[in-house]
Order: sequence, then structure tokens, then C-alpha cells
Amino acid sequence: MTAAVTFRSVSRHFGAVKAVDSVDLEIAEGEFFAMLGPSGSGKTTCLRLIAGFEQPDGGEISILGQSANGVPPWKRHVNTVFQDYALFPHMTILDNVAYGLMVRGIDKVTRHKAAEEALELVKLGGYGGRKTGQLSGGQRQRVALARALVNKPSVLLLDEPLGALDLKLREAMQEELKGLQKRLGITFILVTHDQGEALSMADRVAVFNQGRIVQSGAPEDIYNRPKTRFFADFVGSSNILPPALSESLTGTKRWTSLRPEAFTLETGNDRLSLAGQVEASSFMGAVRRIALKVGESTIHANLPAGVTIPTEGETITLHFTPEALNWLEDAV
Amino acid sequence: MTLSASPADAAPDSLASRVSGALWRSPKLLLALLLAPPLLWLGVVYVGSLAALLAQSFFSFDDFTAQVTYELTLSTYAELLSPANFDIIKRTVTMAALVTIASAILAFPIAYYAARYAKGRWKAFFYLGVMLPLWSSYLVKIYAWKMILSKEGIVSWTADKVHLGWLLDAWLSLPIVGGNSLSVSATGTFLVFVYIWLPYMILPIQASLERVPSNLIEASYDLGGGPGKTFRHVLLPLAMPGVAAGSIFTFSLTLGDYIIPGIIGTSRLFIGQAVYTQQGTAGNIPLAAAFSVVPVIIMAFYLWGAKKQGAFDAL
Repeated sequence: MTAAVTFRSVSRHFGAVKAVDSVDLEIAEGEFFAMLGPSGSGKTTCLRLIAGFEQPDGGEISILGQSANGVPPWKRHVNTVFQDYALFPHMTILDNVAYGLMVRGIDKVTRHKAAEEALELVKLGGYGGRKTGQLSGGQRQRVALARALVNKPSVLLLDEPLGALDLKLREAMQEELKGLQKRLGITFILVTHDQGEALSMADRVAVFNQGRIVQSGAPEDIYNRPKTRFFADFVGSSNILPPALSESLTGTKRWTSLRPEAFTLETGNDRLSLAGQVEASSFMGAVRRIALKVGESTIHANLPAGVTIPTEGETITLHFTPEALNWLEDAV
Repeated sequence: MTLSASPADAAPDSLASRVSGALWRSPKLLLALLLAPPLLWLGVVYVGSLAALLAQSFFSFDDFTAQVTYELTLSTYAELLSPANFDIIKRTVTMAALVTIASAILAFPIAYYAARYAKGRWKAFFYLGVMLPLWSSYLVKIYAWKMILSKEGIVSWTADKVHLGWLLDAWLSLPIVGGNSLSVSATGTFLVFVYIWLPYMILPIQASLERVPSNLIEASYDLGGGPGKTFRHVLLPLAMPGVAAGSIFTFSLTLGDYIIPGIIGTSRLFIGQAVYTQQGTAGNIPLAAAFSVVPVIIMAFYLWGAKKQGAFDAL
């Protein structure tokens, strides 16, 4: 099976800034792939390289096994859902959705029928006659999606597609996007800075930092087994234990990370423990978040909300299984 | 502690502060005061004189007594349709249309470059380059062009040097557009009109192009529209209000101008020159007024047509 998108040591520099720095990447056909990273990490530039808005300064990009270097965006079988939707303000919704078919010379009746079907796919059937200004943000988002999907692309690029939506709408759209991707079998490439979004939707996640991929893998692996300190901190805000603290727990002097939800108040066989003073305790709904001062470090723990509540200033001991401890590489 | 110690009360209640206070409390009064002078100017001086002009056009002129007959009639308008006068109208409208089209074609790439690519110093250079000609006298520029286009001017000299003199001569020997030299041909009039009005086309187009978000262009590329289709279906429709605004300038300025065709071109008259001669030497104010109404009517139709074509949809 050919890969949908392949990067072979691809670089893109803007002056002295290495926006994308020798990135290798392989995205399988039909995969839901997420590029996760803080702003300025190179994930959006990668997306623009796939779309063809940027050309690499070095390396080779292939789409469906064909080299894409030097191929302009209008000749790629790739469509993008833009961050701020980029709907054409002078056209109706129907003409917006039918645009890709129109520029390919498909007749009006056929393309309007296809556009109407695409609008129904995103649950906006019957909205075709309106202008873009008459729609809400969530509806525009769906129009942008329909406008891309109507072209039946091999690869769909989504640039922070849910960033402008409120929380409830965002959660609903996450499920919908995932369902749509499974149903249509199109390769989706999602760019986001929201780890929740990436982990919940994608089959595979690549985490970017400073123009490079720090780690990639299935969401569970990424979440449970971060490789570097940057990663452990960025994804799910793990506790990072300095070598000295790890040594006191296990006898090995290395950086480790520990999930906040790994802790309990109950002791047990071969459980490790950390004792310290409670600095802060806050109610988060399903869990209670505790900040515990252990030596020089502050450890965060998420305890089930039902347990006896430690008060601030109290000294308590938290327990966790040795398997919860994750060894990190020495590199930042 | 008493309330009277507050700073507002301590300040003397001067006339200025009481006036500004009163205006702040009644914004409608402030608006009326601000709008009164321009409204008076527009109402009395501008609309008033336009009405007087319109009224004049419904009177007639007696050729034997050389007096205006103050009776309402449409005979002056009928006179406009006589072959000689109608030719003037046709000639002027054709020239205005050609000048507008040429200006739009020349202005678009310049405006596009300025709006999309020029940054910092180059942008300043662009503005200066476009505006600078507007700072120098219109007459000086026209006479300069007369020199450039004359028989011994730089254009024919260059044409001769590159052995293209025959082409220039062939063009000048054509009827209507030709003449003894470029400076006494309709081609010359056209060139100078385009030169003089070009900034009025560039600036509105540039302003409208700056408002087109670049991601719309990218979206069009992304959906399979190459540069040509993107221009036709996205960029041009969104820049249309600017093109329409610019064309209103170039079209109406050409319709009304009487100096350029008087200095550069043939002896055949344009509307502006007709107005000038009718009201001046001939004293035929009604016909001059009727001629003046022609551009107003043409522009009204022009705007109506532009609106129907959707030129203002993206405003």
C-alpha cells in the first residue's frame, strides 16, 4: 500500500528560522493523522507544504507515491479546511461548495446537485441559497468542510479547524469529524495545538517542537510513554521528576515522568510512595487536583473527588505503582 | 468630609465647559451643528446650480436674435440628436469607454503588485510614484505630452531609431485614429487621457485588493482553480468595487474634460469643448446646458448597469 503522504528529510527555512527542519514522515492511506505542537513549532508549515502553498527548501514530499516537489496547489489531489474557513464572500453557500467542481468545468446542474449532497453530509441541507455572512461560526466550519469534501480529495488537511468554536460545539464536531473520516475513508491530516483534540480524534499523533517531530505514535503510547521532558510536559502535563528524586524512589538516576492520575491515597504491595506537604487543593469536577511539595519539586496529583480531602498545609503520602513511572531521554 | 470637595465642583463652570457639556448631553444637536455647513453647501451651491443648469436646458435659443427664449421646450434636446451634435456625444463616450478600459487593464497589475507584494520602502515608492504626477500642474503635463508626441518628438525619434517609423506612419495614416502626428491625432488624445487619469484608477483598485484576504486566493488554488480561474472567479469579483469606483473617475473625467482634446488631438469636438463653445462665443446657454446633462445621464446609466452586473456586491 502506498503512503498518502511521505516526507523525506524535508526542510523549509524562512531566513534564519528553521520552520521545518529535516522532517521525516509517513502517513498511511485512510489514516487520521494529527500534527500537535505549540505555536511556531512547524506543524502549520508542514500542512502548507502538503497543500503546496509552500515549497520545501530541501528534501522530498510525495503524495500518493508521486513526488509533489514543484507541483502547484491546484494540481494536487489535496483539499484544505482553513483555520478561518476562507469562504468566498461574494458567492452563495451552494456556489462556495460547488467552486472546486466549477473550476474543473463540471456543468451547473451536476455540480449544484453534488454540492447539495455535500451540504447534507455536514447537516446543512437547504442552506445553499444563503450568503456566508448569514451563518454562524459552526455552520461556516461545516460549509468549509463540505467545500473540501465535495472534491473527493485523497487527503484532507484541517488547519486548527475547531479553534474558533466554543467548547460544546467543539466536542460535537470532534465526534462528527471522526465519524466522517471513518465513513469516507479519506486520509485526514489535522493540525492543532490542543492535545485533547489530537488524542481523541487521531489514529496517530506526531508532536512537533522547533521544526522537528519530537515523537509520534498512537495516542495511548504518546500519552502514557512520553520520551522527552518537553513532550511529557506538553502532552497531558505530566509530572517531571528530576534524576535525584527518581533515584530516591528507584535507585536509578534518570529523568522520569509520572501522570497526575497515577496516584492514590491507599498503600499497597510494592507501591512506591512520595510524601510531602499539600500546597494547593482545587476541585476540578471529576477529580480533585493536589499540588504537593516534595523536596524541591512540586508534584501534581489528580485524586478521585470522593476521597477524604487533604487540606492545605497537611503532610500526606501518595502512592503509585512502579509501572506508572516513565523513563525519559536525557535530551530536553 | 463633604461632597463639595470633589474636583469637578471645584473647577470654575466656564462657558466653554457648559457648552461642551450641553453638546455631550444632546448628541443630535452636535450632529446637526456639524452637518449644517456641508449640507448648506451641497444643498444650495451644488444642487442649486445643478437645478439651474437643468432648467436652462429646457429653454431654447433663437439663432436669428441670438437670444434665449424662456419657454419650456424639448427642442434643445432634439437639437442634441442632430448628426453633428450626436457625433460629438458618440465620439466622447467612445473615448471615455476606451480610456476607462485601457486604464483598468494598465492599473490592475500595478495595484495588484502594490497590494500584495510591495512592503515598506517599496510601498512608499509606489505611493509616491502614483501620486507625484498629481502634484504637478495638469497643463504642464499636457504640454509636455504635446512635445513628446509631436512630429519631432521623442516617440517618433525612437520609432525611427529602431526602424519602426513605418509602423507609426502606417498607424497615423489610418482614418479616425490617425493624423499628421501623434499630437494631432485621436490616438494622442487617448494616450494623454490614460496617462492623466491612471492614478484615479490605480488607487481604488489597490484599496479594494488590500481588503481581499490572501487565504481566499489560497482557498481557490487549493480547490483546483489555477491563477487564471482564481483571477476570474475570486480576485476580480472581489476587486470589482474598486474597478467600478476607478472607472467612475476615469469615465466621468473623460466625459467632461475640454482641455486635453483642445491641446492634443484633432479639431473634432468633445462634449466638454462643445459646452465651452456653446456657452462662450455662441452664447447658446440652453444647448450648453443640454450638453452638460448628457454626461450626468450617461453616468446614471453607467452606475445602474454596474450595480445590475453586481459590481458593488462585494462592498
